Amino acid sequence: MKRFATLVALVLVMTAQGVSAQTLKAVKDRGMLNCGANGSLAGFGLPDAQGKWAGLDVDFCRAIAAAVLNDANKVKYVPLSAKDRFTALQSGEIDVLARNTTWTSSRDTSLGLNFVGVNYYDGQGFLVRKSLKVNSALELNGASVCVQQGTTTELNLADYFGANKMQLKSVTFATANEALKAYDAGRCDSYTTDASALYAERLRVSNPDDHVILPEIISKEPLGPVVRHGDDQWYDIVKWTLFAMIDAEELNISSKTLDEAMKSPNPEIKRFVGTEGNYGEQLGLTKDWAVRIIKQVGNYGESFERNVGMSSPLKIERGLNKLWTKGGIQYAPPIR
Amino acid sequence: MPSDLPAQPRPARVVFYNDPKVRSIAYQLVLCTVVALLVYGAARNAIDNLARAQIASGFGFWNQTAGFDISQTLIEYSSRGSTYGRAFWVGLLNTLLVAGLGIVFATIIGFIVGISRLSSNWLLAKAAGGYVEIIRNLPLLLQLLFWYNAVLKALPDIRESIAIPGGVILNNRGFFLPLPILKGGLGFVELSLLAGIVAAIAFYVWARKRQERTGQRAPVLAVTLLLVIGLPLAVFAVVGRPIGFEFPQAGRFNIAGGIEVLPEFVALLFGLSIYTAAFIAEVVRAGILAVSRGQSEAAYSLGLRPGPTLRLIVVPQAMRVIIPPLTSQYLNLTKNSSLAVAIGYPDLVQVFTGTVLNQTGQAVEVVAITMLVYLVISLATSLIMNLYNRRMALVER
Repeated sequence: MKRFATLVALVLVMTAQGVSAQTLKAVKDRGMLNCGANGSLAGFGLPDAQGKWAGLDVDFCRAIAAAVLNDANKVKYVPLSAKDRFTALQSGEIDVLARNTTWTSSRDTSLGLNFVGVNYYDGQGFLVRKSLKVNSALELNGASVCVQQGTTTELNLADYFGANKMQLKSVTFATANEALKAYDAGRCDSYTTDASALYAERLRVSNPDDHVILPEIISKEPLGPVVRHGDDQWYDIVKWTLFAMIDAEELNISSKTLDEAMKSPNPEIKRFVGTEGNYGEQLGLTKDWAVRIIKQVGNYGESFERNVGMSSPLKIERGLNKLWTKGGIQYAPPIR
Repeated sequence: MPSDLPAQPRPARVVFYNDPKVRSIAYQLVLCTVVALLVYGAARNAIDNLARAQIASGFGFWNQTAGFDISQTLIEYSSRGSTYGRAFWVGLLNTLLVAGLGIVFATIIGFIVGISRLSSNWLLAKAAGGYVEIIRNLPLLLQLLFWYNAVLKALPDIRESIAIPGGVILNNRGFFLPLPILKGGLGFVELSLLAGIVAAIAFYVWARKRQERTGQRAPVLAVTLLLVIGLPLAVFAVVGRPIGFEFPQAGRFNIAGGIEVLPEFVALLFGLSIYTAAFIAEVVRAGILAVSRGQSEAAYSLGLRPGPTLRLIVVPQAMRVIIPPLTSQYLNLTKNSSLAVAIGYPDLVQVFTGTVLNQTGQAVEVVAITMLVYLVISLATSLIMNLYNRRMALVER
């Protein structure tokens, strides 16, 4: 009889309502945020020799953990390849995907996912050997190109060569590592991915100075964090974590100036740090949610400089990713 | 006296639920119902969850434009004009190509190594033994990565291509072979090939009958070669060699024209054949050892030499033991070909459950189709091998 009861219970479990919509509660109960990250891309997501993760996307997950769990270190990073990332998010294995993922309409709709915003405006580029004496991507007719599978890169590549009536020989690999290794071994004339990643990957080939990034940017690649459909509260929290980091930079609130900001009479800053209004509670968090993000992780500009900007080995110009007030297009709605 | 025995009391009627037969049927029914419920529940749950998360489902993606490029296509395919369905067939054919060739090569190498292991030649036997022990005990994925990197590293860059006489070009982008182009007048050659095959079969049947009747043996192999290869070649020469070749030409980046054999394909085929051959060698060895020593001793005492003894006495009997495990090895090879994903060979798993799954996001449908395809391939292989096994089985009289 007991065995039968177990069976019935099993049937009930299988037929029960699916993944709970309460991601916030699940994360709090677990005391840990499950973050889908890259795992092998310097500047965006990469564990160092001590196993400590760093990168722009990693900082974003740390910021969510700081806002929700009051501890930026309570993040479990799940390294994902480009082709596995969406399945991991759809199935509930991770709470948020922050893995240099391009926002496209089909991903936003038919995959059952929601993009919360853009934490890096990127575009696709080509890495080639200097010895090829190629100065433009338009000279790549007939070239073989190593590319990572399951990316917008793979599609843009076919589009670009098709639109310019060039012949393409693409060689597709499951991970960026394998694609880069094959390029380095001479299998391909060019390696293509997002320009930001090319800066990082160029440093990993056997002789970086023999390789050059071509000037053409052949696509729009707005990279941003992603959550599942069906949990609006969690969607709001993740979205406003991103906005808070950008707003903080605009308001000149950084991890260094936070103490002054707490005493500031400026109403905008007062709303940000939670001394005025109850914007944190409206999100399902506490008043000082944004303060925790800035104290433990920093604002968007700090994160950018530390991971991909001039104080990192990648030395990428901020370009489009400057704030809108400084000539870029990074812009966040106000907290009020 | 039987008539004196008291009448046997009729066995008491058993209540139906104590009847073991009824009970066992009832248990089976309950079990089936529970299993069916579980499957239904899981499916229902998956469908509900997909709908709730607004994830697209169904097979509508099949006819949508694929939009990505595939490096090796046996059928016409282009990123702009072809559909996901077409990409599926491209991947499937690539899988079948590497699996089919892999089975042929693995069988040949496996039989040679397996028989060599039993050779009385010390060096040959030990070399075969070393091969089996090394290859069998290393993970296949590791071997594939090794072969791929070995192939890539060993071959020269495209600008230092090795040109082999006969129009073959070799570099780290692959092998480039001349592509034969058929011209008119070739019909005679094909006809003569067909005639040669028919004549060879007829000669084989005649020779066999004669051997059964008189014990005289005819030179079947020599005659067959002459008829199947010699005759068409002769006709080919007579009608003026109506064939041309498109030779591969070096372009700025790549070699254009000719037949292109990708290094990914070579590495995968090589790795799969070498790996599976080690297992087949052991199967062959076991099969041969299963034939009792008395059989070959009897053959020797009848005056047969070691070669014919092996070919006519030992191997036919060993086949009965060899075929069932050999089938498993064929299935393993086919399924292992999905490791292609690690070295960039566009097989079914790489193209379909890799790129197509990711671009459409329809994991459930794509994975289900792929599993079904492998199931069909495996069952078909099993069927063919079982039919062959029935033919080879000992006919009991």
